[in-house]
Amino acid sequence: MSDKHIDEESGIATTGHEWDGIRELDNPMPRWWLWIFYACIAWSVVYWVLMPAWPAPPGMQGHTTGIVGNSERVNVANDLNALDASRSEFFARLESADGYSAIEADPALFRFALAAGDSTFGNFCATCHGAGAQGFAGYPNLNDDVWLWGGSFDDIRTTLLYGIRSDHPDTRFSQMPAYGADELLSREEIRHVRDYVLSLSGETGFESVALEAGGAVFASQCATCHGDTGMGDRTQGAPDLTDAIWLYGGSPEQVENSIWRGPYGVMPAWEGRLNDPTITALATYVYSLGGGEVATETDEAASE
Amino acid sequence: MSTPQKQASAAHGVPKHQVEAVNDAETRKLYKKREPIYPKLVHGKFRFAKWVLTALALGAYYFIPFLRWDRGPSAPDQAVLIDFEGHRFYFFFIEIWPQEIYYVSGLLIIAALSLFLMTALFGRVWCGYACPQTVWTDLFIAVERLFEGDRNKRIKLDRAKWSFNKAWRKVGKHAVWLVIAGATGGAWILYFHDAFDTLSHFFIGGSPLSAYIFFGILTFTTYALAGTMREQVCTYMCPWPRIQAAMTDRDALNVAYRVDRGEPRGSHKKNESWEGRGDCIDCKACVVACPMGIDIRNGSQLECIQCALCIDACDDIMKKIELPTGLITYDTDINIDRRQEGLKPVYRFLRPRVLVYAVSLVIVGSIMLFSLTNRASLDVNVTRDRNPNFVQLSDGSVRNGYTLKIINRTHGDIEYSVEIDGPDGLEWRILGQDAMRGLNVDVPAERTQDFRLFLTVPRDAITSTNESVIFTVSPANSDETRTAETVFLSGGPR
Repeated sequence: MSDKHIDEESGIATTGHEWDGIRELDNPMPRWWLWIFYACIAWSVVYWVLMPAWPAPPGMQGHTTGIVGNSERVNVANDLNALDASRSEFFARLESADGYSAIEADPALFRFALAAGDSTFGNFCATCHGAGAQGFAGYPNLNDDVWLWGGSFDDIRTTLLYGIRSDHPDTRFSQMPAYGADELLSREEIRHVRDYVLSLSGETGFESVALEAGGAVFASQCATCHGDTGMGDRTQGAPDLTDAIWLYGGSPEQVENSIWRGPYGVMPAWEGRLNDPTITALATYVYSLGGGEVATETDEAASE
Repeated sequence: MSTPQKQASAAHGVPKHQVEAVNDAETRKLYKKREPIYPKLVHGKFRFAKWVLTALALGAYYFIPFLRWDRGPSAPDQAVLIDFEGHRFYFFFIEIWPQEIYYVSGLLIIAALSLFLMTALFGRVWCGYACPQTVWTDLFIAVERLFEGDRNKRIKLDRAKWSFNKAWRKVGKHAVWLVIAGATGGAWILYFHDAFDTLSHFFIGGSPLSAYIFFGILTFTTYALAGTMREQVCTYMCPWPRIQAAMTDRDALNVAYRVDRGEPRGSHKKNESWEGRGDCIDCKACVVACPMGIDIRNGSQLECIQCALCIDACDDIMKKIELPTGLITYDTDINIDRRQEGLKPVYRFLRPRVLVYAVSLVIVGSIMLFSLTNRASLDVNVTRDRNPNFVQLSDGSVRNGYTLKIINRTHGDIEYSVEIDGPDGLEWRILGQDAMRGLNVDVPAERTQDFRLFLTVPRDAITSTNESVIFTVSPANSDETRTAETVFLSGGPR
């Protein structure tokens, strides 16, 4: 290296390097900076002793543990336990709550149930029913007032527990025949029934011959479950065909297709996958979306 | 006559101080160890004003947390309180909620504009009299003087070998400094929790950890900044000396040396004529008085905090040598030049920048005062469900869901009645509330409460995809009302 280069302007030595004629003054570090630097080095030694720091031979958990005994894994576990503990009181109250009105009458518990239900819904239900429970074709909208298997709090809870056409022994079950696919009805008969069914909810413009023929088929094939007037039957999950809501679509093609293939919608059972108070919270949430029904005496009698 | 110590004389009866302006931009070096400054005590009107202002500032700082202001049973009664736990800032009649942080911005703008205006008129009066760094440094120097004596005694003590005398003076000084620093940090935390409550818990370890941490930080910074760093804070750390160049102009008042009167300077012998020479006898009384370690005779400079102690020091000397006072005085840059050219001084206080600052201050102040005195005790907010946008029901009618948020800023529980103005045939339902109560909802004192509302419109009443809905909320006990507008979506008539 060449002799020490002194900068003419400032009279201070440079570092000796040069980049395109630019040299760097070799000024000392600011003292406050140096002191902080030394303090950090000293602190790091203390830190090694206090906290997990260095890789260690096998048999020592793979690293030095530090005399404070801090472990982020344990901290996370503790935090989760603390969270569970902070919720346990509410979950206990949910478990012992007697029905929706009991939960609603306790504002704090109601808020908790809605929040827990919202989060559980997002995790498990939104996949099929949508994030806003608005549903899709084949997956019911839970905001409206149409319930295939009943919309009281207990009905919703039962559906959640056992599912629909699930593998649970107590599952809600019913099956609509695939009239076209299994060749139970001809294409023409199916079209007649289609026209008749559409006319039940106020659609007009169908040929009277078709309605008459369709009505006859409906009476022999469909009325068993959907009722003589097409009002449906909740004990069998048979939808009301006179209202404005169509689970599989209300266009002539969609209705015809439903009769042809016989829909077989499945909802899993959540008993065993979610604990009881969580299912209660979920039922509270779904009930509160806007369509929840007050349990009538006939419903109560039917569920007994 | 022989005296044991022969001291140089600047004039008859006026000693000449042997002193360097150690913090002068010329002599100060970034990589050199700090040279201590031993400011000499002066007497005069500015020194007196500074004592008074120091007493007022410290008095206010220590006293304000104990002021009470009745706000009813649901709110603390401390007049000035920054309540982080309760998410509130209380300042006498003002009460600021987190969502009203713009009020804090307004207060900061007012503070900044006041500083600008003050600086445009009188230069760095903030630095010289009111800045906490100045106030506490002044106090710490006073303590230092109490234990170690005035300038010369302090220099001698620092140079002396360690002895019992030196030890007790140093220990005493630092102990009192620490007590003051602790009291400073201690009073700080009183602004964040109830003062009386904090005082009764703090010393037995019953205060929150944050209180002890901030007590520690403030104690340390007060001790370090006012005790050991002093002028370095202003010279190196503070941005204000750099900004002030933009805030002042040649018409702003500054502490200045009257070059026209003082030069040429030099020692004056008894009975010598004052003709043909300046009034400055180069006694350096102004330099020894300076807590910043500069020489004011070098002109206006970044290091000068304009504390005016050199004015007192010089006036004292001028009286002794029977010359008019005011060789160092508050003056403007323009007048320094004009005097040298033999022109009469002019003072212009009404300048465009002064007017702009003053008018801005009045505007911002009025807006703040207006909005604070007309601050709503009720706020209403409504959000419409977006997922789904609307729900069709079995009979074809359409339902929209809304979340109505009511903020009750009063200190009492209030029942509000809600009015809904929307499409014909509208029906409403409030989730979790008995329909018998109607559209009346309760919000506890100082709380924000959400309500879920369902509005349903029959199919044949729907005329457009998008209809206006207005929620009007009014407290049962007053005629104050707030409205929130939203829409009802339906997908259109069918």
